[in-house]
Amino acid sequence: MAAPYDLNDDSVVVIIGSGAGGGTLGNELAQKGIDVVVLEAGARIEHEDFINDEWDSFAQLAWLDHRTTGGGWRVSKDFPNLPAWIVKAVGGTTTHWAGASLRFQEHEFKTLTHYGKVEGANLLDWPLTLAELEPYYAKAEDKMGVTRTNGIEGLPGNNNFKILKAGADKLGYKDCHTGNMAINSADRDDRMSCQQTGFCFQGCKWGAKWSTLYTEIPKGEATGKLEVRPNSHVVKIEHDDSGKVTAVVYADKDGTLQSQKARIVCVAGNSIESPRLLLNSASSKYPDGLANSSGQVGKNYMRHTTGSVYAVFEKPVHFYRGTTMAGIIRDEAKHDPSRGFVGGYELETLALGVPFMAAFLDPGGWGRSFASAMDSYANMAGLWIVGEDMPQEQNAVKLHGELKDKYGMPIPDVWFTDHANDIAMRNHAYQQGQAIYAAVGATRSFPTPPYPSTHNLGTNRMSEKPQDGVVNKWGQTHDIKNLFVSDGSQFTTGAAENPTLTIVTLAIRQADYLAREMGAGTI
Amino acid sequence: MTTIYEQRPGLSRRELLKRGTIGAALIITGNAVISPDKAWGLETAALKPDTMATLIKLARDIYPHDSIADRFYAIAVKGHDTKAGTDGAHRELIEAGIADLDARAGAGGYRGLGWEDDRVDILKQIEATPFFQAVRGDLVVSLYNQKELWPHFGYEGESYSKGGYIARGFDDIEWL
Ligand SMILES: Cc1cc2nc3c(=O)[nH]c(=O)nc-3n(C[C@H](O)[C@H](O)[C@H](O)COP(=O)(O)OP(=O)(O)OC[C@H]3O[C@@H](n4cnc5c(N)ncnc54)[C@H](O)[C@@H]3O)c2cc1C
Ligand code: SF4
Repeated sequence: MAAPYDLNDDSVVVIIGSGAGGGTLGNELAQKGIDVVVLEAGARIEHEDFINDEWDSFAQLAWLDHRTTGGGWRVSKDFPNLPAWIVKAVGGTTTHWAGASLRFQEHEFKTLTHYGKVEGANLLDWPLTLAELEPYYAKAEDKMGVTRTNGIEGLPGNNNFKILKAGADKLGYKDCHTGNMAINSADRDDRMSCQQTGFCFQGCKWGAKWSTLYTEIPKGEATGKLEVRPNSHVVKIEHDDSGKVTAVVYADKDGTLQSQKARIVCVAGNSIESPRLLLNSASSKYPDGLANSSGQVGKNYMRHTTGSVYAVFEKPVHFYRGTTMAGIIRDEAKHDPSRGFVGGYELETLALGVPFMAAFLDPGGWGRSFASAMDSYANMAGLWIVGEDMPQEQNAVKLHGELKDKYGMPIPDVWFTDHANDIAMRNHAYQQGQAIYAAVGATRSFPTPPYPSTHNLGTNRMSEKPQDGVVNKWGQTHDIKNLFVSDGSQFTTGAAENPTLTIVTLAIRQADYLAREMGAGTI
Repeated sequence: MTTIYEQRPGLSRRELLKRGTIGAALIITGNAVISPDKAWGLETAALKPDTMATLIKLARDIYPHDSIADRFYAIAVKGHDTKAGTDGAHRELIEAGIADLDARAGAGGYRGLGWEDDRVDILKQIEATPFFQAVRGDLVVSLYNQKELWPHFGYEGESYSKGGYIARGFDDIEWL
């Protein structure tokens, strides 16, 4: 059963956030017999209570605390208070996510080496190699039940996939299939198989899709070594005179501030809240925020080069039926500078319901052109572009100069502007996406702009040298030995692949390191 | 409260004719907007009924779906009346925005312009205003989030209670 720990218990590892990073780390540590308290800002909503309705589900799960955004990206104009589409609930964004689970490619850990200096980009090699991560990738794939790994069959293709596949064949693409998905294609791990309900983004009511909410967290709780405290919003991390972190201050469900003592603190609040928390924890000893001697906390914000292509056909497709991300084309994921940009991108099917299609097809659009597109909804197919974007120092999560949240802490202000490489890649992907659909008879297609960020990365990046980044290859901050980062904000660069498998992989590996170092008494 | 109801009684065909209503025009009477076929009516609480009638027209011009009835556009914009009841600034935004549309349209007002293209020309002039942004931003949810309209778009909505699409056509495409 879930262990309740005392606020004054200073032997516990405190993890902030229960999503892909935090939820996985919590379970892994608990399995090793380490006492863990996970503080989660959101409520605990079990999967049976998820809602098959886009806006209602958004209201139930999304992180809606006040945020602002600026910079050259279109999201700052179209969605001025919604830079990111992520979750505030136990399970974090693994409730919303689609399940695409791809390993990074070898060269993507060494982008500075392979791409060379790119003007305006803050490229850096990871202090890690694919070979070092491979055993952990294998564990993560097994844990998450990723299709096409561990002998798990692929999912069946829905209508949206069949169109993608037919187009891919016409264009001569070779690497197109129904994906590596953390969605059960058959019963596994006490969870049932995908029923093709088509509401993956609204939380899987069947539990067929992996989420820490109903896998890692209950497994960890069953050890008696993990306590998940929902409705616990962390506002500050405290430290002693020696600089070691000692406690975490959070607002409980009534808004009352509590202080949980800790031996070790792991920050896993996703790439906007994690750096915000480090910055908001500034003190006289650390005037620029915790772990920020490099000045890189909050910098190098990445969100993948994204965009969508929707296309209309003469006859019905009903693309909303079945898994939201039902297939992939990987041929463009390679690094091939002859295309006019460095890095690569994946093309993955995507479907939205009518309410979200109206909001996202062409934000701000109106008139006959828009309405007739909506009238063709039943005949649409669609794909999403996800490609490597360039880390840039001025793309950053900053503390807002004036606005504060209800606990008196400055809110995050998210700045992002595309790099020229991002734009060149997106345009290439738009062209290929439209060509795929034209090849199977599309009568009209739409190069749709990026949505608010679903992949948020890089704001506490990993580096070999302390002056280049915030954490070392274990996610341990360079400055403070018992402070760790355990989410996607560790990413040195973003790669072309969806990030979650790598977040989970790093969390499993970090748990091994923590157990080792705690055992050795070094932290 | 803003109310919308079907088949408002009490307005005879003769009365309608007396008001000189012709064609597809919405009828204004007292504090209500009534559909020409009297199939539904909308009572306003804070906004002028004339304003509401123009809002309905404006909503259709923003997202013109010719086979969707006015009633759905009325449902989609009635929230502005509700909001105007408690928020004076919002009432002012809407009333002034509609008055501006009428002024730009000339003698017969916005609703008096017979061609959609002429009305759209005016909308293009005001597309960047807070008024237009407020109306469009609200409408993109209040129109497309009406479940009754989803069949029009060929969207089936909730599917969990029906067992998903695993046995209901997730891969039924035949024309490829
Ligand atoms: C619609 C959608 C589809 C996606 N599809 C995919 C996909 O197919 N493949 C893929 O790889 N990725 C996908 N993603 C991205 C994926 O969900 C994220 O990369 C992943 O969940 C991030 O993990 P995380 O641990 O960094 O953060 P999260 O999972 O977001 O967890 C962070 C948690 O921390 C909590 N928290 C934040 N601040 C505080 C605080 N101060 N105190 C306490 N708690 C706090 C939050 O409430 C949240 O629960 C998708 C995302 C979305 C939105
Ligand atoms: S399509 Fe499959 S994975 Fe997605 S929500 Fe439905 S059952 Fe879950």
